[in-house]
Amino acid sequence: MYAQMIKSTGEGVKSLEEMDPQERAFQERINAGGKIEPKDWMPDGYRKNLIRQIGQHAHSEIVGQLPEGNWITRAPTLERKAILLAKVQDEAGHGLYLYCAAETLGVTRDQLTRDLLSGKMKYSSIFNYPTLTWADMGAVGWLVDGAAIMNQVPLQRTSYGPYARAMVRICKEESFHQRQGYDIMMKMANGTAAQKKMAQDALNRFWGPALMMFGPSDENSVHSAQSMAWKIKMNSNDELRQKFVDECVPQAEYLGLTVPDPDLKWNEERGHYDFTQPDWDEFFDVLKGNGPCNTERLEARNKAWDDGAWVRDGLMAHAAKKRAAKLAAE
Amino acid sequence: MSDHLFEYLCRMGDNTLVLGHRVSEWCGHAPVLEEDIALANTALDLIGQTTLWLDLAGEVEGAGRDADKLAFHRDVWDFRNLLLVEQPNGDFGQTMMRQFLFDAWHLLQLKALMGSSNAQVAAIAEKSSKEVTYHLERATDTVVGLGDGTEESHNRMQAALDKLWPYVGEMFTSDDVDAAMVDAGIAPDPASLRPAFDALLDDVFTAATLVKPQDDFGHKGGKSGKRHTEHLGHMLTQMQWLQRAYPDATW
Repeated sequence: MYAQMIKSTGEGVKSLEEMDPQERAFQERINAGGKIEPKDWMPDGYRKNLIRQIGQHAHSEIVGQLPEGNWITRAPTLERKAILLAKVQDEAGHGLYLYCAAETLGVTRDQLTRDLLSGKMKYSSIFNYPTLTWADMGAVGWLVDGAAIMNQVPLQRTSYGPYARAMVRICKEESFHQRQGYDIMMKMANGTAAQKKMAQDALNRFWGPALMMFGPSDENSVHSAQSMAWKIKMNSNDELRQKFVDECVPQAEYLGLTVPDPDLKWNEERGHYDFTQPDWDEFFDVLKGNGPCNTERLEARNKAWDDGAWVRDGLMAHAAKKRAAKLAAE
Repeated sequence: MSDHLFEYLCRMGDNTLVLGHRVSEWCGHAPVLEEDIALANTALDLIGQTTLWLDLAGEVEGAGRDADKLAFHRDVWDFRNLLLVEQPNGDFGQTMMRQFLFDAWHLLQLKALMGSSNAQVAAIAEKSSKEVTYHLERATDTVVGLGDGTEESHNRMQAALDKLWPYVGEMFTSDDVDAAMVDAGIAPDPASLRPAFDALLDDVFTAATLVKPQDDFGHKGGKSGKRHTEHLGHMLTQMQWLQRAYPDATW
């Protein structure tokens, strides 16, 4: 999940009876499974919430280039290098569609970028963890993209049309990303002793942070209840986390790796695995900016933006000259 | 003959390998999102072309080496790329000027190779030329846009051109390998590409308001492997590290 801790109006969910006719018509359309399009009327809270959520998702794709970009120049074969490049390029592409989807809500990409660079807007906590060995490319694809897919597949049915449509394409690519990650893990887990050690170490380091991607339990959260009523959040965080654990545990077993949770066990009665919650204190620390890589990630994005200012200015100036010359010729 | 062909194919494959690696260093750090995507795309094309050239080189050599073996297990002196492509990225202007100078040569080279007497060479050239046509188009637009942009962008592009110009001449030099390729009808005489290259540069630099340096001195030693710059060794250290550190592993 690339959007965590999205705050809504905080007012709680209104019943249909409490709504004025316009809002009621809007909510009824959503309840009936209809889509909201950019020119349709929508409550301010819905618009603001979506801008935050889509913006955070877009920022995650952009910052998410960095931990994997970290290994492109060290990829061990030409094929792995090409696959990783293609994957990171997809992520930049996802960022682009999502910024476009956010722009349909009346915000600009430049505004969103400024809010990311100033630290006002967040991106997923997962990208504040370092990628230390080649096996991390496997773990990121398998677990991080795997967790993202868990959340994004249902979002293909979200109520906001441009977001839902962006998600259709994104999900197709994410599923390829997850498979390539698992493929790396298989090679590593079945490889030399050193490769197996890297694979287990990667799982050890990414397991907890991957569980955190779904956000803390939202049972009693007014924000979540509102988002679910608006169908911009389709499942609870706990529900998705459980689904993720249930899916990953057999995959880890197949790899011959150990999930770093001594209390993990199958619960026959529930039909699910029981598992230990990740370290939520660490999660809140990361959100506050104290993750292992928060400083570097934001510095890297700020440096790219600042160093690129002359390029953007130069190309804009050239485009303006061309427009002026065309006008003069007419 | 097969030694010369092997050398020649390494030259083609090492150019795309080394430049592809350099361009991939930008990943996540470009001035704007569209450029991040375009740079990754360019690097991806170049790495794909590398596989084709170096696999064929390995086949011609007949010693059981494939593209990965050649890419990850040779040292600096065995690399046959032009000095131009191993130059560091510098700023975005320097990266794009390097790309433009290389693409302008590369497309002419590939177009000539499409008529090669060697069918495999012709087929790789044909596939690559489609990708490189786009690379050249994009690099041209960027050089023109930034050259004729603001005063700062103009100055940076002129500085990039001045810095990289001494690495242009090597693309048109000839040696025994080239002579053997010409004799066999496999590849063109490097010098024969120069007039079209110069004509393109004149057009683009005029539109970009940039001045081509007068001094035609050219550094040599990349395509022959006799004397690379210090930069290549550092690149290989990073690129080849996993393969060298874990030689028993498959990835």
